[in-house]
Amino acid sequence: MTLEQYAQLSNYAIASATVVVGIAFVAHLAEWGFAFRPERRTAAVSTEASEGATLVADRDDETPDRSTVLASVATSVTWLGAVILVVGIVTRGLAAQRVPWGNMYEFAATGTAIALVVFLVMTKVWDIEWLGVVVTGFSLVLLGIGFSVYVPAGPLVPALHSYWLVIHVAAVMIAGSLFLISAGASALYLVTERAERRGTVGPVLGRLPRSGAMDRLAFRFTAIGFPMWTFGALIAGPIWAYYAWSRYWGWDPKEVWALITWVVYAVYLHARVTAGWKGRRAAIICLVGFMTFLFSFYGVNLIFGGSLHTYAK
Amino acid sequence: MSPDKASQPERAKTSHDAPALNGREMLRWTWRQLTSMRTALFLLMLLAIAAVPGSIVPQRGVDARAVERYLADHPDLGPWLDRLGFFSVFTSPWFSAIYLLLMVSLVGCIVPRTVVYAKALRARPPKAPRNFARMPASDEFETDATPDEVVAAARQVLRRSRIDVVDTSTEGSETRELRAETGYLRELGNLVFHVSIVVVLVGVAVGALFSYRGSAIVTQGDSFSNTLTQYDEFASGALFDADELPQFSLDLTRMIARFQTEGTQRGAPKLFRASGTYERDGRTRPFEIEVNHPLQVGDTGVFLVGQGYAPVLKITDARGNVVFDDAVPFLPNDGTYTSTGVVKVPDAQPEQLGFQGFFLPTAVSTGDEEASVSAFPGAANPLIGMFVFHGDLGLDDGVPQSVFVLDKSRLTQYEGRNGKPFRVSLSPGQEQALPGGGTIEFVDLKLFARFQIASTPLLRVPLVGTSIGVLGLLLSLFVRPRRTWVRTRRVGSRTVVEVAALDRVPRDDLPDELQELVDRIRRALPGHEEKTS
Ligand code: HEM
Repeated sequence: MTLEQYAQLSNYAIASATVVVGIAFVAHLAEWGFAFRPERRTAAVSTEASEGATLVADRDDETPDRSTVLASVATSVTWLGAVILVVGIVTRGLAAQRVPWGNMYEFAATGTAIALVVFLVMTKVWDIEWLGVVVTGFSLVLLGIGFSVYVPAGPLVPALHSYWLVIHVAAVMIAGSLFLISAGASALYLVTERAERRGTVGPVLGRLPRSGAMDRLAFRFTAIGFPMWTFGALIAGPIWAYYAWSRYWGWDPKEVWALITWVVYAVYLHARVTAGWKGRRAAIICLVGFMTFLFSFYGVNLIFGGSLHTYAK
Repeated sequence: MSPDKASQPERAKTSHDAPALNGREMLRWTWRQLTSMRTALFLLMLLAIAAVPGSIVPQRGVDARAVERYLADHPDLGPWLDRLGFFSVFTSPWFSAIYLLLMVSLVGCIVPRTVVYAKALRARPPKAPRNFARMPASDEFETDATPDEVVAAARQVLRRSRIDVVDTSTEGSETRELRAETGYLRELGNLVFHVSIVVVLVGVAVGALFSYRGSAIVTQGDSFSNTLTQYDEFASGALFDADELPQFSLDLTRMIARFQTEGTQRGAPKLFRASGTYERDGRTRPFEIEVNHPLQVGDTGVFLVGQGYAPVLKITDARGNVVFDDAVPFLPNDGTYTSTGVVKVPDAQPEQLGFQGFFLPTAVSTGDEEASVSAFPGAANPLIGMFVFHGDLGLDDGVPQSVFVLDKSRLTQYEGRNGKPFRVSLSPGQEQALPGGGTIEFVDLKLFARFQIASTPLLRVPLVGTSIGVLGLLLSLFVRPRRTWVRTRRVGSRTVVEVAALDRVPRDDLPDELQELVDRIRRALPGHEEKTS
């Protein structure tokens, strides 16, 4: 295939992947929608269930209802979307003859793919399928943002020619994917915890784990993401900056925000072990952390045109 | 902070004739407050918030010109922000105060915890609780094996823990208690991580005191030696001594600049490479510097941070003397390398001459003669356009001048025949007569390289520090401190075995893991083989 054909194929694949991820998102939404149906009894929503046991397990002995069927359909469709997206990114790399993360469009596509794959792999290890709606919804937003800054496949400017770029960006995007999952869990924690306190856990929330489990999950993913972020943003990033710009750290807006993100997540990890900061406050800090991550990933490029990190545009 | 201590100040306040907190108590109270986790949280958050303005308004240390522009654009707000230190946030008193407090808090946190940890390292695993059922996970089984055999099996299964076995037998009942504790590395990792934060920050600060950085423009064929006078810009840390500049020099023999010539990214940079030889300690070696591939000479790095065109100009004055014959770097303004430059000819007679104008690597006429533009950064159709001034260049005032700025206060501009400003317009090889007599010739076109020369001593301290810090962090996040107890009691010919476990950091998979532990102990018991079938 010629480079143009690869580029073309990449465009088609990324566009189709967006549609497929959209379908997965709708399926997840529908899964929650069917949970509203009146014949679903609320007996399963027993607050006596031991912490951590999911209520989905309570229904295992019954014939699977529509929600459960939809959930597994959604997961399969998400896999499909992720695979097509990876194809799109690989062909993009072949078309440009380099790693496919050299501009914002590619960051968005590769970031989404990593987020989806990290999520899907993690569903094999932990029971986190219920976060599918958050992850697919967010992927759609990210891909949408990506299309808004589309540039055709092309070579890199010399400043981006470094294997530290590969390491730095890959680490940062993986960390971001983990932060996405922890933010999703924290957001749902806030909703669920409130409902549990008020005793208004309805059929939709009843499909989700209890708040304690969400809280632990958020911590677990932040705990994996934080060292990853430390390595990607505060070790690999400065090393690359040294080679490219002759200094490790220059208080560039992107660097400032990477540090802010790091500090906020450090606050989160401390908050978790401090009585009085557990639970809700910790969850809010986790969400703030994710927002600062998003801002350092995307907002800085949008708002601060003067940043060195604005990539050949 | 223990509750009784916390309530002391309270009591002091309520009783009538109690003296106010004396100085020492006050100090201790402040210290406890400062080193509490709550304060650490607060300071960390404050640090994050305080960093935000540094990303919003331009910073002097990063881009001084942007600060000037900002001040000019915001005549009301600007001076206030300046007074509050917003243009140098990261060296401002308030930012420094926050991180100094954080450092103090950090050290105040590390030291006592290190002491506690040192004690804990020597401590033995604690006694078993009386009631195992109260523990987060516990189980019980019976076996034919003797208590000693059970304990031996458990010891083997729990191999990596610190283990004590105690004979707790009383009259008539033979009992053994096994106490095991693991996860000492967690706190070690935590301490290492926090210490490494201190090391990194101190390393960066001390390194900055001894560092220097500057930039220099070197034209193809020229050389650079590392002395202060050769720098265009130079800045150094407070403790840096300019006489200590490491000695080396380099000859730039070749400079390559290549751009994409086709496709959607036409004109985008493709390759920049400066090559030549450098000399240090009497030895000459070749070098090749590219973006991302600096030349490292000891602690000093030589980086290629920019490049541009340097037309070689030859100027004769009205008396026919060659008064200028040199390459003049024109600084690029944009991606098409539309560049601006200045030529100063102090030796010209009868009056000094000054030239100011632009250079276009690939000039394309837009129809009107006046407005050529550069269509491509490569030198496909080079063109120089300059205005000419005569008079006094102002070089004798003793005030240092930038070579890129023409001080026009005592200069007069030449006019052409049509009354418009006179313009020099030259392609390579062309020559043009000047209005006041004399000529200017565009002899040749060279490239120049802009090098950033920077030394960062102690550079490995922050790097190694952060790496070790991350390893410590991983330990502190993923090592699980766990206490396990096994109690055996002989009842007739059978042995009742109770097992319980407690995690210092609660986890939801503890019960499963306890079950697995029990299974492994049973499998390790003698006579286990026959029973499994
Ligand atoms: C420079 C800023 C700081 C950063 C980036 C930072 C980061 C961290 C991180 C990531 C952890 C998580 C380890 C874990 O969960 O076990 C942690 C734990 C901890 N930090 Fe910090 N820290 C900072 C400053 C401080 C300060 C000033 C104090 C003391 C007041 C402190 C006291 C602690 C303690 C006691 C723990 C252990 C919590 C536990 O597991 O029991 N930290 N820190």
